[in-house]
Amino acid sequence: MTDTTDEIEQRCIDIIAKSKNIAPESISLASSFDSLAIDSLDKINISFEVEEAFDIEIPDDALGSLKTVGDVVNGVRKLVGQPADSNATQ
Amino acid sequence: MHRVVVTGLGCVTPIGSTVEDFRSSLFSGISGIAPFPPFPEAPIPNGIRFTQTGHVKNFDPRAHLASGVVAASDRTAQFAIIAARQAAQQSELTQHHAPDKIAIIFGCSTGGRSSEESETAKLYTRDARLHPLSVVRTMANAGASHTSIDLGITGPVLTISTACASGTHAIGLAFQMVRSGLVTAAIAGGHEAPLTFGFLRAWDSMRVVSATQCRPFSADRDGMTLGEGAAILILETLESAQARNATIFAEIIGFGMSADAHHITNPATEGAASAIRAALKDASTSPEEAESLRDQVGFINAHGTGTQANDSTEAAAIHQVFGSRASTIPVSSTKSLHGHSIGATGAIEALATVLALHHHQLPATAGVTTIDPTLDLDVIIGAPRSVTPAIALSNSLAFGGINAVLALRPYTA
Repeated sequence: MTDTTDEIEQRCIDIIAKSKNIAPESISLASSFDSLAIDSLDKINISFEVEEAFDIEIPDDALGSLKTVGDVVNGVRKLVGQPADSNATQ
Repeated sequence: MHRVVVTGLGCVTPIGSTVEDFRSSLFSGISGIAPFPPFPEAPIPNGIRFTQTGHVKNFDPRAHLASGVVAASDRTAQFAIIAARQAAQQSELTQHHAPDKIAIIFGCSTGGRSSEESETAKLYTRDARLHPLSVVRTMANAGASHTSIDLGITGPVLTISTACASGTHAIGLAFQMVRSGLVTAAIAGGHEAPLTFGFLRAWDSMRVVSATQCRPFSADRDGMTLGEGAAILILETLESAQARNATIFAEIIGFGMSADAHHITNPATEGAASAIRAALKDASTSPEEAESLRDQVGFINAHGTGTQANDSTEAAAIHQVFGSRASTIPVSSTKSLHGHSIGATGAIEALATVLALHHHQLPATAGVTTIDPTLDLDVIIGAPRSVTPAIALSNSLAFGGINAVLALRPYTA
């Protein structure tokens, strides 16, 4: 996996922006799913798109714990073998 | 038994994605049939011998629906939700009927065809993971279920699948539910989005699709043209419509069903005639009244696919039912404008029939070069006719030998 930390972050934000049809600039790591109006169907769709983009499989028990954009980014880092960014969960 | 009237209309079609645009195209003879867009992942050449379909242009579900709903739904369900919203808003349905006394009955033949095809194609070309919403995207009842959620409807919700008669069956069964008092109102119609590479190739293989454009009842007709879309009608009891001073577009007076029990693709005259008779019988209280109603039929929106077999069989059925008067009843096939959208087409044609009654105009059949003299029908060509028929029929004759006919009349206070 060659993604840098920033690339992972940006790709996750782009996936969420595309799924929600909103500007990437309006999304930060601290953005909660609630604040972005991400409902249960959005969450399923975004999780799948993230899995496809990074060729990973999000464990079933991790899906329920995703509450913020930072959670997604840190989860991806973990699955692709990169250290989590402590700032990502702010 | 209640009288049943139409108080709301909605549509997403190749000739308009609002009822006003649809009406304008219908009576101006503006066709929605055009070269279909390329399939990016299909081989070149794509092997399809025809080039035109009646497809909905510039459709953007994101302009209407929440992102989660878009992610969880196929184009067919998206058509349905949007058309149902239009109809419900126009009728102010949910402000005047209890949610558990409203039914949703939709016709849909092929389900989430594009979702199924695109996901399955991945499986055959690589060991792909499938989208976790694939199941709910592809189920045929998705349009009805999403509409139930969207509008908060908690009464009977179901989807009818009878191929090309699905939309007509859906409206007919909803009519029966409202008439009997099971519900006080219904959201009824059909939706279909079948224009995928695989679907077009499958139809091409049957050799029933015109290489040019469907020309129903034309002597040189050479097949049908496929389409997509949705049309939804709001049905409610006459009492409730009058009590709230709703706009009434037309009255549905009868519904007939039959099966040919003959052949999976070839239509049969007796089956089609039987469904027409059944609709007139359903609208009457005695055999004498059924005969009287038969003599009042002044417009038939025919199934009229533009195939040799359908049009000649349907013409023979009309002659069998109406006898010497058959050749004087104005007949049209609006498929010549919007194409044959399988499970939606009966509903789109019912919408056209309702508009014909409400606006006192009978739409023309497009594309006809010379009316087939062997059919001996009064086919409307050129301009629409300014006529208000006492009774109009909307025919659907499906593959599988399944027939459904609606009988409607203008509403006068």
